[in-house]
Amino acid sequence: MSELILARLQFGTTTIFHFLFVPMSIGLVFLVALMETLYVVKKQEVYLKMAKFWGHLFLINFAVGVVTGIIQEFQFGMNWSEYSRFVGDVFGAPLAIEALLAFFMESTFIGLWIFGWKKLTPKVHLVCIWLVAIGTMLSALWILAANSFMQEPVGFVIQNGRAEMNDFFALLTNPQLLVEYPHVIFGALATGAFFVAGVSAFKIRKNLQVDIFKKSFNIALIIGLVSGLGITITGHTQAQHLMESQPMKMAASEGLWEDSGDPAAWSAFAIIDEEAKRNTFDINIPYALSFLAYSKFEGSVPGMNTLQAEYEATYGEGNYIPPVNATFWSFRIMVGAGMLMILLSAVGLFLSYRKKLETSKFYLRAMVWLIAFPFIANTAGWVMTEIGRQPWTVFGLMTTSASVSPNVSVQALLFSLIAFTLVYAILAIVLVYLFLREIRKGVVYSTEEDPQVSIDPFDKGAYQ
Amino acid sequence: MIELSELWFILVAVLFIGFFFLEGFDFGVGMATRTLATNDLERRMLINTIGPFWDANEVWLLTAGGAIFAAFPHWYATMFSGYYIPLVFVLLALIGRGVAFEFRGKEKAQQWKNSWDWVIFFGSVLPPFLFGVLFTSILRGMPIDADMNIYAGFTDYVNIYSVVGGITVTLFCYLHGLMFVTLKTVGDIRERARKQGQKLIYAVLAVLVLFVGLSYFETDLFTVRAGVTIPLIGLIVIAYSSVIFLLARKRDALSFTMSGLGIMMTVGLLFVALFPRVMISSITSANDLTVYTAASGDYSLKVMTIVAVTLLPFVIGYQIWSYYVFRKRVNGKDMIY
Ligand code: HDD
Ligand code: HEM
Ligand code: HEM
Repeated sequence: MSELILARLQFGTTTIFHFLFVPMSIGLVFLVALMETLYVVKKQEVYLKMAKFWGHLFLINFAVGVVTGIIQEFQFGMNWSEYSRFVGDVFGAPLAIEALLAFFMESTFIGLWIFGWKKLTPKVHLVCIWLVAIGTMLSALWILAANSFMQEPVGFVIQNGRAEMNDFFALLTNPQLLVEYPHVIFGALATGAFFVAGVSAFKIRKNLQVDIFKKSFNIALIIGLVSGLGITITGHTQAQHLMESQPMKMAASEGLWEDSGDPAAWSAFAIIDEEAKRNTFDINIPYALSFLAYSKFEGSVPGMNTLQAEYEATYGEGNYIPPVNATFWSFRIMVGAGMLMILLSAVGLFLSYRKKLETSKFYLRAMVWLIAFPFIANTAGWVMTEIGRQPWTVFGLMTTSASVSPNVSVQALLFSLIAFTLVYAILAIVLVYLFLREIRKGVVYSTEEDPQVSIDPFDKGAYQ
Repeated sequence: MIELSELWFILVAVLFIGFFFLEGFDFGVGMATRTLATNDLERRMLINTIGPFWDANEVWLLTAGGAIFAAFPHWYATMFSGYYIPLVFVLLALIGRGVAFEFRGKEKAQQWKNSWDWVIFFGSVLPPFLFGVLFTSILRGMPIDADMNIYAGFTDYVNIYSVVGGITVTLFCYLHGLMFVTLKTVGDIRERARKQGQKLIYAVLAVLVLFVGLSYFETDLFTVRAGVTIPLIGLIVIAYSSVIFLLARKRDALSFTMSGLGIMMTVGLLFVALFPRVMISSITSANDLTVYTAASGDYSLKVMTIVAVTLLPFVIGYQIWSYYVFRKRVNGKDMIY
C-alpha cells in the first residue's frame, strides 16, 4: 500500500471518528443549557434533574470529542506537510483562532460548570454552560472556515510558491462557509435532539420516570423538527451553491455522466459503472434535479464527461472525476435520513399533542432506532463533501497526491493507523458501555448515590 | 523595529512557556497519583486538584501548535512530519489521559479504576519526556534536507543527550506537580508531597547539571548569545537550589513559584538559543529553517497579531478567574472525579 492511501485512510478514519462526537457535543450542550435555563427561570427542580442527567451523558461524550480533536490539530503537519507548507498562511490562521477563541472558552468554562455547582451562583453557573455551548459553535465556525477554503479557495494570492492570505474578511464571508456552517450546525442540533428524544422514548416505553422523560422528549422533538427543517433548507442552498462552485461534485452526486436534459431529472437509484463511465440502471424523478439545483423546474445540469473535458482544458491532463459511487450514495443516505427525521419528529409532536405518546409503542421503538440516523447522515455528508472534492485537497489549487508528507514512511503510517484505530475501538466500546450504564441508572434522586446530582440550590442554598 | 515574524517567534515561545508551566504541574500531579497517593481517596484528591484546569492547560499546547501552523507553516510542516512517531506516542498518551480523568470515577469496580489510573500515570509521564526529547534534539540539530524535510534515523531522535533532556523535563514537571499538591491539599498528603519534593530536588539538580554539561558538547548553547544563555542557566540553577531551602522552611507558595520559574526559564532558554533559527539542520546550516524563511506573509501575521492581542487578555482573565473560583484546597469532600 502506498503512503498516500494510508495517509488518506488515517485522515478519513480519525476525522470521521472525531465527527461522531462533535455534533453530539454541540447538540447536547445546547439542550442541557436550555434545560438549566428553564430551571433558573422556573425554579422547578425537575429541570435541574434533567440538566444533570443529560449533562452527565454530555460530559462523557465531550471527553472523547476533546481527545480525538487533538489528533486533528496535529495531523495536518504530520501527514500532510506539503499541504501545510502550501496553505498554512491561509489555513493555519482559522485553526489558531479556533484554539484561542473557542477551545480556551470551552475548556475553561466546562471546568467551571462541572466543579462549580456549589461555588457559583445559579445564574453564573448557567452563564458557564452557555459559554461552553457558544464555544462549541464558535469552534465549528472557525474550523469550517478552514474547510470552506478547501472547497472554495478565496482571499489569497499565490506568492513565493504558496498560497498567501490577502483578504481575511473574504475568508470569513466565503460563500461556501455561509451555506456550510448553518447546515452543519442544524445537523449537530438534530444529533443532540434525536439522541435525547430516542433515549427518552426508550424510558417512556419502559414506563420509567415517565414525567421527566416526557418533558425531555418534547423539548428535544421541537428542536429536532426545527433543525430538521433547517437542515433541509440549508442543504438545498448548499446544493445550489455547489452548482456554481463545484459542479463536478454535483454531477458525481447525481451519477450524471452526460449533460442532463432540460428540465433535469433526479436519480433516486442508480447502478453506476465507474469503469465504463455509464449507469446500467436508473430510477429517475422528473424535474427534481432542476429544482434541487436552481429552485425552479427548468434548467439542465452539466455531466461529468463535459466537466472532465473542461477541467482538462483548464488544469491539464488528469482524472478529475471523484469516486462516483461513494459520492452518489452518501448523498442519498444523508437526504434519506433527513427526510425520515422530519417525518418522525412531526409524528411525535402530533402524538404528544393528542396525548397518545405513551401508548404508541411502535413509534417509541422507532425513535430509539432513529438515534443512529443523524450520525449516519453527518458521516455521509462529510464523505460526500470530502470525497466528492477529490482529486483536490484545495479545489483547483492542490491535489491530494501532492499534499502528503514525503518523509513519513509506510511503516510509520501503518503503525499509527493501527494504533489509532485500536485506541478508537477501545474508546468506542467504553463509551457505549458508560452511556448504557448512565441511561440505565436514569435520573438519580437519592443523595448517597451521587452527591452532585441531588443539590437543589434554591431549596438548600447549596450553591454558596 | 521588531519584525512581525520575530514577534510571532516570541509569542510561540510564550505559549510554550505557558504550556509547560501550567500543564507541567498537572503532568506532575498525574505522576504523583502513583508515587505519592497510597489509596483511592488520595488518588481522587490529587486528580481533583487539577480537575477544573487540565483541559484548559492542554489548550496552551493546541494554541502553540495552531500559532506555529499559522505563523510558520514550514516550521509546523517540518517539525510535525519529522517527529511523526514520537508525536503519535504523545497523542496516544494525551488521548488516554484525557478520557481516563473522566472515566475512572464512572464505575465502582477496583479493577476499572486501577486500569484508568495506570493510563493517567503513563499519560502524564510520556508527554513531558517525549517533548523533552523532541526539543533537545531540535537544539542539537536534525538531518534536514534542502527541501526542508527531516529524514532521520533512530539515533537522531534517541541519544544520550536527548534522553537526558527528556528526563530533565519529566523531573521538572514532577517536582512542579508536587509543589502544586502542597498548595492544593491538606493534611498528611501535603506533608508527604513536601518530603518527596525534598528528596526529588537533588535528582532534579543532578540531571540539570548533567544536561547543561552535555549541552556544552552537543549544541551551541554556550556560543550563540552567551551573554543571555549563561546568566539564564545560572538563574535556573539558583531557582532550583532555592527550593531546597524553601521546602525546609515550608514556604510552599514560594517553592511552587521557584519550580515554575525554573520551568519557564528553561523553555525560554531553548528559544533564546534557537533564535533566529526554528529548526537546526545537522547537515548544513544552509538548510536551517529560520524565523524569516519559515514565516507566513506579512498580511497573515498582521491579522493574527490583531486577533491575538485582542483575545489573549480575555483568555488569561477568565483562566485566572477560574483558578480564583477553585482557590480552596481539596479536602477529600465534595469531589467530582
Ligand atoms: C463542526 C464542528 C467541528 C469540526 C468539523 C471539527 N471539530 Fe474539532 N471540535 C469541535 C468541533 C469541530 C468541538 C465541538 O468544538 C469539539 C468536540 C467536542 C469538544 O470538546 O469540542 C472539538 C474538539 C477539538 C479539539 C480539542 C479541543 C479541546 O481540547 O478542548 C481539537 C484540537 C479539535 N477539535 C481540532 C479539530 C480539527 C483540526 C478539525 C479538522 C479536521 C476538527 N477539529 C473538526
Ligand atoms: C469533521 C468532519 C470531516 C470529515 C468526516 C472529513 C472526512 C474526510 C475524508 C473521508 C477524507 C478523505 C477523502 C479521500 O481521501 O478520498 C478527507 C480529506 C481531507 N479533509 Fe476532511 N473531513 C472533515 C472535516 C474536515 C475539515 C474541517 C478539514 C479542514 C479544516 C478537513 C481537511 C481535510 C484534508 C486536508 C483532507 C485531505 C486528505 C485527503 O484528501 O485524504 N476535513 N476528509
Ligand atoms: C434533507 C436533505 C439534505 C440535503 C438536500 C443536504 C444537502 C447537502 C449537500 C449538497 C452537501 C454537500 C455540500 C458541499 O459539498 O459543499 C451536504 C453536506 C453535509 N450534510 Fe447534508 N443535506 C441534507 C440532510 C442532512 C442531514 C439530515 C444531516 C445530518 C444530520 C446532514 C449533514 C451534512 C454534513 C455534516 C455535511 C458536510 C459538511 C458540509 O459540506 O456542509 N445533511 N449536505
